Amino acid sequence: MSQIAFWGAVELGLVYAFVAIGVFLAFRVLDFPDLTVDGSFPLGAAVAAVLIIAGVNPWIASGVAMIAGAAAGIVTAILNVRFRILNLLASILTMIALFSVNLRVMGKPNVALINADTMLSPFYGLGLRDFYVRPLFVGLLVLLAVIAVWRFLESDAGLAMRATGANARMARAQGVDTSRQIYLGMAMSNALVALGGALFAQTNGFADVTSGVGTIVVGLAAVIIGETLLGARGILIALIGCVLGSILYRIAIQLALSTDMLGLQASDLNLVTAALVTVALVLPRLRRGGAA
Amino acid sequence: MIKLDNIQVIFGKGTPLQKQALNGVSLTIEEGTFVTVIGSNGAGKSTVLGVLAGDVIPTAGQVTIGSTDVTRKGTAARAGLVARVFQDPLAGSCGALSIEENLALAARRGESRGLTPALGPKRREHFRERIAELNLGLENRMRDRMDLLSGGQRQAVSLVMATLAGSEVLLLDEHTAALDPGMAEFIMNLTQKIVSERKLTALMVTHSMRQALDFGHRTIMLHAGEVVLDVSGDSRKTLQVEDLIAMFRRIRGQTLDDDALLIG
Repeated sequence: MSQIAFWGAVELGLVYAFVAIGVFLAFRVLDFPDLTVDGSFPLGAAVAAVLIIAGVNPWIASGVAMIAGAAAGIVTAILNVRFRILNLLASILTMIALFSVNLRVMGKPNVALINADTMLSPFYGLGLRDFYVRPLFVGLLVLLAVIAVWRFLESDAGLAMRATGANARMARAQGVDTSRQIYLGMAMSNALVALGGALFAQTNGFADVTSGVGTIVVGLAAVIIGETLLGARGILIALIGCVLGSILYRIAIQLALSTDMLGLQASDLNLVTAALVTVALVLPRLRRGGAA
Repeated sequence: MIKLDNIQVIFGKGTPLQKQALNGVSLTIEEGTFVTVIGSNGAGKSTVLGVLAGDVIPTAGQVTIGSTDVTRKGTAARAGLVARVFQDPLAGSCGALSIEENLALAARRGESRGLTPALGPKRREHFRERIAELNLGLENRMRDRMDLLSGGQRQAVSLVMATLAGSEVLLLDEHTAALDPGMAEFIMNLTQKIVSERKLTALMVTHSMRQALDFGHRTIMLHAGEVVLDVSGDSRKTLQVEDLIAMFRRIRGQTLDDDALLIG
């Protein structure tokens, strides 16, 4: 693997770290299996790309993308909380709907951002090579997100959200409005995922309506790899695990694809992903079985 | 003061499974009174507790806790007035959170929750002191996950959790039923100590007539959704389990065929 390919994998891993943290919030904190992310990731990319092309400041464009993602999460939460639709199904409905929404937002299946000013543009001319600038910039944002989510989850408000996912009946007895926590958590989760999408569009130079396929699997893979490596030792470790898992996952994929011996090509990506996630899911169980 | 005024609860109204769980229950509990509630399965004990906690919204009647009419308020909305310990040790706390996180959660029961760190040094120390009072050695395990504790330990922590924030009433729902006899006794004595030290108004549902007479100031027996016995003061002091059974027979004018009432 070349240096450029390696740093490219790290960069993509950092972009998807936002997805991993979002998935962690939904799956692990709220215990809400949320497939909305397959729609909110390209939604973030689409909103950011279209706004940037229209001349909007890329930071504002990315902020709007986050709001759009949050709205998508709230739609899923409403379907689940208000209309009592099974959480998984509610998120699939939103995901499917978002495919059309994303096409409407972009007006076409693919939007190029090649010559537009992105959040990264000011940093390209500073002397560092582009393939270092991108992971450095995204990594800094990931760091901020990790700190923010960590501080939140260890605050009184965050504790209420964690209790909602862990024991909703107990949470209500403690005065926690569990419905509101689901709205809030789903909004936060999908806002982070949409930010990932917005950064994906800006680092790769395009937004594509199909780029959301399998987002949930990638996010889940990162969460599980992180848990397998670092174990369950508190919120901060879990969040670092999400980031680490996401990066390692991309490097593993890159290795698998760049090794001629395996004879894999880019179109095999989804198969490789599914295989990797399966291994990550089965490994801890095998290890436990071996110890017992 | 707690006031239930002519409470009617009908489950599954208008369906073939319609059941009148409470039929005109009226009850006034003075501040600082510890009331024990007995009755056979399906008598309405848990429903009374549910009505007070907010899990069950009555079909008719009025519920007042303190000076607030809470009849239409849900569980979360009235949590500031009601502290609770559940029958199932797993139900009253979050297994996935640490002991101190559970305490932090309970310390803000019924209050707004902001972005302040849930476990600052001051709060940590306060929680540690409260847990140390249990003499179970748990103060050295504050960062352990709650699900590493035994059922009895969890109930003990739940009792502490129930008293971290103020409340108008403490509801105890057969909170020793799932424990072994030794631990059940420990938890009962702890309950007694906490309730009397803090002068709490408490309502304890129990299956054990012995427990119902040994603890508290007043005993209420429910049958078929109605209060059939309400004793306190001197008449209660001399009361024996056998008397309770006899009284129950006389009031209902029927023979007792429910084993659950005879046990204990």
